[in-house]
Amino acid sequence: MEIKKVSKFRGYFYLFIFFIPVIIIGCGGQDSEKRYIPKSVTDYAKTKVFGEEHASLTSPPNVPPPVGNRPAKKLFVEMEIIEKEGEMADGVTYMYWTFGGSVPGSFIRTRVGDLVQFTIKNHPDNKLPHNIDLHAVTGQGGGAEASFVAPGQEKVFSFKVINPGLFVYHCATAPVGMHIANGMYGLILVEPEGGLPPVDREFYVMQGDFYTEGKFGQQGLQPFSMQKAIDENPDYVVFNGNVNGLSGDNSITANVGENIRIFFGNGGPNLVSSFHVIGEIFDKVYLEGGEQFNHNVQTTLVPAGGAAIVEFVADVPSNLVLVDHSIFRAFNKGALGILSVSGEENKAIFAGEIMEGIYQPEGSVIQNMPKSELDIEAPVNLSKEEQIIAGKNLYMQACFACHQPNGEGVPNAFPPLAKSDYLNADTDRAIDILLHGLSGELVVNGKPYNSIMPAQQMNDTEIASVLTYVYNSWGNNGKVITPQMVKAKRQ
Amino acid sequence: MKNWAITGVFLLLALNAISQDNGMVKIKGGNYIPLYGNPNEKVQVEAFYIDALPVTHEDYLQFVKQFPEWRKSQVKGLFADKRYLEIWNSDLTYPGALKNSPVNQVSWFAAKAYCSCQGKRLPTVDEWEFVAMANEVKEDARGDSLYNLAILRSYETPKTYLLSVGSKPSNVYGVHDLHGLVWEWTLDFNSIIITGESRNNGNTDKGLFCASGALGANDLMNYAAFMRYAMRSSLKARYSMTNLGFRCAKDLK
Repeated sequence: MEIKKVSKFRGYFYLFIFFIPVIIIGCGGQDSEKRYIPKSVTDYAKTKVFGEEHASLTSPPNVPPPVGNRPAKKLFVEMEIIEKEGEMADGVTYMYWTFGGSVPGSFIRTRVGDLVQFTIKNHPDNKLPHNIDLHAVTGQGGGAEASFVAPGQEKVFSFKVINPGLFVYHCATAPVGMHIANGMYGLILVEPEGGLPPVDREFYVMQGDFYTEGKFGQQGLQPFSMQKAIDENPDYVVFNGNVNGLSGDNSITANVGENIRIFFGNGGPNLVSSFHVIGEIFDKVYLEGGEQFNHNVQTTLVPAGGAAIVEFVADVPSNLVLVDHSIFRAFNKGALGILSVSGEENKAIFAGEIMEGIYQPEGSVIQNMPKSELDIEAPVNLSKEEQIIAGKNLYMQACFACHQPNGEGVPNAFPPLAKSDYLNADTDRAIDILLHGLSGELVVNGKPYNSIMPAQQMNDTEIASVLTYVYNSWGNNGKVITPQMVKAKRQ
Repeated sequence: MKNWAITGVFLLLALNAISQDNGMVKIKGGNYIPLYGNPNEKVQVEAFYIDALPVTHEDYLQFVKQFPEWRKSQVKGLFADKRYLEIWNSDLTYPGALKNSPVNQVSWFAAKAYCSCQGKRLPTVDEWEFVAMANEVKEDARGDSLYNLAILRSYETPKTYLLSVGSKPSNVYGVHDLHGLVWEWTLDFNSIIITGESRNNGNTDKGLFCASGALGANDLMNYAAFMRYAMRSSLKARYSMTNLGFRCAKDLK
């Protein structure tokens, strides 16, 4: 009834007022064109796919072949979830939950615009349901909901990758933190059109923190500790799933002059990584795994659930040491890996040691510990078994980082103690080395080494114990070193 | 009046004895705060009977002998997937070592049929969780860290479905092996949904998240329970899972 009272004129007037903003917006059309519309919307979401392909997946540290300039395709990816016991450190095992049987999980390599058809299988012997959240996916939960799969079942889901970059994937089943803490993470790479620029070598390295009931190095099967995970107090921080994941037999290798690319991810669940390579500078870092890059970077910050691509040329031969530069994690919790670069020396870049001498501050002589302090502690005579137990603890604190947990050493850097001819030949010499350090060239088991070991700050009993442990481990000759023998050499 | 009361007590005792014969235990019921829902709202669990032990392969063999439609060659695909009794050698034989192990690889439909043939039913989630709160000495042991730890450990141990039923001490009610061997079907296993996207704070999950918040994030109990609820949510009634078995329950009357 009210409406009918409005005159025709006023009706048109209202209509006019209604159109004013439309006209103004129409005039401002230029501005709206400047609005940023990402390529993922304008191009990649519409990229046509040509043909089909089965993705080849790789376990770390390997990476599948580059996409090159292939067109976008329908890409079939199959991944099996396996709960299995694996080695965390020497003598320490852990119940890992894995994507594809490795920690981190299989590396997935795609091209932007690919239509991925993902099959996820949960092994029938597994106890728990799992799923996968791929950070490269645009959609509910990154695919978590669509991929939620009971043990003994499989699910297939599909998505189009529309943002190039390096992305983390992980399990997102309750309790989410626990699934990630048990190793359920990996990387998926979405290459741009034409692929990333070619390099000589590519590696897959991922950091993760682990929480065990026992302390670092405590032997046997170590259960997951929810309390430590909540406290964010890990016992292990490692590359590629375990303490030896990227050292010893698992070290990665390259040659001088090669261009190296590392796809580095951080699975967390808690810690942020300060990724650094000792002895190199990153020539190029794709920040946070995205499109922008920085040059000449020493340490790049990689958040939990994040990734970065780093590139550098290995200019000189050396053992490059990959670390989380939150450095106690590297030397006390396992976040240490070796990239062994071999080839010709280049003295123009690194000349090595060119002089050695004694530094004598004005008027002084070489400083020594006063004798009296060392005499205070009377040598304690432990049984051989007690020495071995005490010695092992000392070894795991002071020696293993270089000589490695089983005395295998690091090729070209730190000589082995296991079955070591050099060690077994002369106990006095071994005592001397711990007391006074050792540098310069020596040959162990037929291989030359040239590096430096500092004198150890241990008392006679400790030196005797650690040497007795070493002599009675890993195929050595079983000799016993007494504190008296050490004391005799000290004087 | 007195006579009547005595008769009543006798009747109860007699009922109890019968139930013990059937291998069932009477649970007197009570209140508890479940993982889901409002932390201030207790859920009432009425008195009921529950099997003291999970159903074994041998028990199940007797069932399929009597009801051929549940033999593995004859079961309808609608009611059980292909893994149904996969571990069995044939329709009427299972590996001898499993005689006293809990039956596994059975679907919800099969478990339900088994129970109803005996005049029983599957326990509800609330009933199951109510009994499963107990340890050897307490009815609600959820505050006991060792109890929780033991549950979490068993969830992380592979192939526990091969163990024998009844070899570990019972809980305070006299019920064995609720934890440590296999997951167990419940009547309403999918009534509480943890969605596949378990970080979603949508309607279905809100209760779960509130409850866990109220109980304190460092309460380990939540994680064991979360794992159970997550597992149940991933199921469909025809799934026949290697780590999933069942036991039956019954109303008092």
